[in-house]
Amino acid sequence: MALTSSMLFSSVGKKLLNAVSGLTLLGFILAHLIGNLTLLTGNSDAFNAYGHFLIHKTGVLLYVFEYGLIVFFLLHIITAVSVWWDQQVARPTSYKKTASGGDTSKKTLSSTTMIYTGALILVFAIMHLITFKYGPAEAQGYTTIVDGVEMRDLYRLSIEVFLKPGYLIWYIIANALLGLHIRHGFWSAFQSLGLNHPRCTPILYKLGIVVALIMGFGFVVIPAYIYFKGGVL
Amino acid sequence: MSETKNITVHLKVWRQKRNEKKGRFESYTVKDVSTDSSFLEMLDLLNEDLTKSGKEPLEFDSDCREGICGTCGLVINGVAHGPQQAIATCQLHMRKFKDGETLTIEPFRAKPFTPIKDLIVDRSAFDRIISKGGYVSTNAGSPQDANAILIPKKNSDLAMDAASCIGCGACVAACPNASASLFTSAKISQYALLPQGQPEATRRASQMVDQMDLEGFGNCSNHGECEAVCPKQITIANIARMRREFFKAALRS
Repeated sequence: MALTSSMLFSSVGKKLLNAVSGLTLLGFILAHLIGNLTLLTGNSDAFNAYGHFLIHKTGVLLYVFEYGLIVFFLLHIITAVSVWWDQQVARPTSYKKTASGGDTSKKTLSSTTMIYTGALILVFAIMHLITFKYGPAEAQGYTTIVDGVEMRDLYRLSIEVFLKPGYLIWYIIANALLGLHIRHGFWSAFQSLGLNHPRCTPILYKLGIVVALIMGFGFVVIPAYIYFKGGVL
Repeated sequence: MSETKNITVHLKVWRQKRNEKKGRFESYTVKDVSTDSSFLEMLDLLNEDLTKSGKEPLEFDSDCREGICGTCGLVINGVAHGPQQAIATCQLHMRKFKDGETLTIEPFRAKPFTPIKDLIVDRSAFDRIISKGGYVSTNAGSPQDANAILIPKKNSDLAMDAASCIGCGACVAACPNASASLFTSAKISQYALLPQGQPEATRRASQMVDQMDLEGFGNCSNHGECEAVCPKQITIANIARMRREFFKAALRS
């Protein structure tokens, strides 16, 4: 077995890496969404205990996941930028007129804007980390006691953040872009992995739309619910 | 189909002199075009007019004019081979257009398809990809019994579908990334599906993909535009197969 770097960074290899990292990141945000649903229970302890568990009870696993995520993020970004760059070089004179061939074409707004939606999702992810992961914590008085254990009051922070309409609008936009990104990204990842089957591919293509809607709306439901309930869940 | 009538079309055509770095669009009007004539016959009419008025005729590629050779290829109103599916430019008829319509005609654009003149581009990059493994080099010997090598019907059908690629380059022209993946994958698939292709499968997949990249084609982002414009309706399932063959080659080599 000699999976050389030249093979990995060939046109086929790059898409393989992009697909694997993309699906991994999708897995992560899916878990993130499910975890965040504890916010909607209205029980502040449930969400805080969940956050506390992730940070303090997972031990070395937390770092494996965190650094792993960074690696997959970088892999996804590097391969995507490389694909995009090759595309700029491969057609030095652009068409005066472009139209879709229609028929079986899978060219959509989603597929042609992947690099832009991806870039905006990255901006969102960084801002999201600043707001929450590196936001006010115990030192700023955001503490609570759950079952006799003192922990960061992430629930209070979440409620405070999402009561601001600016955040709500930004989250709606960012997650709509995330949905748009997944709409092409989901089925395309399987195609990049060489997985195409006359029966399964049409299902995966439709499933991509469902996953895009779940992710796009799922992450908006939480801040919107908090905002419209005035923070009292 | 509607009755035959004569229409007038306005053309915006890409003109580029030999060895000229940049081309430009020029406008022409072709009158009295029968709706029964083909698109290329309409261009022949234009060239008669240009010749009569002492101007240089428009250069475009064509050969068999019956959709089997893959020589012709124009981007018409932004779509490779024009608005009708599953045909080459030569099979497109003027009945597809309205009287007084303006048609934008451009060459297949991609860096590896260097412009030669007007609408003619150099597609020898495809030949170089083929030369890296798009063949079976075993000595076939004398003819064998017809059923000596058993091939499942499904595989022979899929291999024939892939082999129907005429190498016109519309897939590259239509691809937002100017990728040659559909062409290369068809040429890999036609052997990957047959027992005769197996001995050289590893070398074929890796070397043809390498050559495709070396020529400067873009990556495949699965837009599927290639499939939509392909005159032979080659599907992107072949691109997935090419990837599988490439991964297999990477693991075996």
